[in-house]
Amino acid sequence: MTRLMPRIEAALALLLALVWISPLLFALWAAFHATTDAVNFTLSAPLILDNFRTAWDGAPWLRYFLNTFLLVTLVLAGQFFLCTLAGFAFARVEFRGKGTVFTLILLQLFILPEVLIVKNYAIAASLGLVDTIAGIGVPYMASAFGIFLMRQAFKGVPMELDEAARVEGCSLLGVLWRVYVPAARPTYIAYALVSVATHWNNFLWPLIVTNTESARPLTVGLSIFGAPENGVDISVISAATVMVIAPLLVLFLVFQRQFVQAFLRAGIK
Amino acid sequence: MTDAFRIAKRRRAIHGWLLLSPALVMLSTFAFYPSVATLWASFFSRETRRHPSEFIGLDNYRFLFEDPTFWKVAGNNLLYAGVTIPISIALALVMALWANSKIPGKSFLRTAYFTPTVLPMIAAGNLWLFFYTPDIGVLDQLFGLVGLGSMNWLGRPETSLWAICIVTIWKESGFFMIFYLAALQTIPPELKEAADIEGASRWTYTRRIVLPLLMPTTLFILVNALINSVKLIDHLFILTKGGPSDSSKLILYYIWELSFAFFDSPMAAATTVLVLAVLGIVAALQFGLLDRRTHYQ
Repeated sequence: MTRLMPRIEAALALLLALVWISPLLFALWAAFHATTDAVNFTLSAPLILDNFRTAWDGAPWLRYFLNTFLLVTLVLAGQFFLCTLAGFAFARVEFRGKGTVFTLILLQLFILPEVLIVKNYAIAASLGLVDTIAGIGVPYMASAFGIFLMRQAFKGVPMELDEAARVEGCSLLGVLWRVYVPAARPTYIAYALVSVATHWNNFLWPLIVTNTESARPLTVGLSIFGAPENGVDISVISAATVMVIAPLLVLFLVFQRQFVQAFLRAGIK
Repeated sequence: MTDAFRIAKRRRAIHGWLLLSPALVMLSTFAFYPSVATLWASFFSRETRRHPSEFIGLDNYRFLFEDPTFWKVAGNNLLYAGVTIPISIALALVMALWANSKIPGKSFLRTAYFTPTVLPMIAAGNLWLFFYTPDIGVLDQLFGLVGLGSMNWLGRPETSLWAICIVTIWKESGFFMIFYLAALQTIPPELKEAADIEGASRWTYTRRIVLPLLMPTTLFILVNALINSVKLIDHLFILTKGGPSDSSKLILYYIWELSFAFFDSPMAAATTVLVLAVLGIVAALQFGLLDRRTHYQ
């Protein structure tokens, strides 16, 4: 009995893992097989690339990839800039009203940009940002989460380094740039991974704020491509899905440890 | 107070506000102002060609509460939260215990459990479509093997919301596992040794020592899971579009529909205000219940 239990447990753990990756495995299977072979699970069926060709020709994927790439870059640059400045102010500058503003900003952790779609669309429209990549990215740039994260990272920097730099004649921004930013490198990497993964995958707001392919990111493109009224079959949808998730998935598998660490750092600290 | 001191203090204040101002401008534009504007808009009637929008007080809320669709959607979302939150948290805990044990191949386990986290919900919807499609879907084929008939999981009101729940559980369990995994690694090994010396079984050790130590993590995950039960709706767009007959419609999807399909923004605004109120309660829960020191200091 005592010998048997660990084995049963190991088998269950493995079974659960297989169940968990099975949707992905089936998508891969379908993407590389003709539809009839895919749904009949003909194991001997030949591997083909036709689905990818059909999928690729069916939508302006290159444009979508470019848009997503520009979007995640823009959001990340904006977040780094805004959250570094604000995080630094909260960590190391003393002034009246700081505590109140900080509480106000923490509140934003719960005012999800997703929930405010009704008014945010009106705001984006009045700023002329509808159907632009900036319009997709801009509501996410001043993230309370990012400000909080950078504040925590900057608080961990030893005061001695700060004072030494000031004695050397560094200005406030000089100290931030020369001492704090380099010291917070791991946090920046973690934040970057979480942010890129989030915005690569984001859907609802991009769906609302874009209406032509010129700004549409991959997720929105994929949802339109797979819409039932387009009548594409399951193998072609699988191929398109695999195409869309491949870059992030490969990135994840290669930098797995960093990814897990990043999500941890972002969540726990 | 000397003048030099006062000047230094004022300079610090100026610096502080200057550093904060870009972020504050953005937050005000896309979080604070829209929240207030949404509340304000919820007091006005819908603008039509004949009737301009006018102040109607709380009437939108009254219409909302009289609308059976609203109650249907709210009930769906409660069920969605009630099903996905406990199951994903329990699964996350089991996953973390396994990924932290001596089981061979545990790095594979960890990768497999975590992979759904990096996939977009839209892609997840497509992946699961292959499971749920009647006749040719994987589930139907599996059930066919044991002699059960075809089943339209997404197309029947009895099963559609459950099918949606399963995708959400699949998506978030691995994410929550990470936090448990981190917490497990901070438990000192001496505790396990002491428990072994005392002759405590693994079950007793887990229940009496591990679970209490994981309590702060569980609360942290709970808050995240509550937020997710409002936010995670992308797969509805692929799998059910809220149907059939609203059986799988969730609040945020309903807001989107009211606003961008039916162009009834006052009603959408009123619904949004209710969601913000619920999120406010979650925020109060976080600040009140959670150990501030653990996460906010």
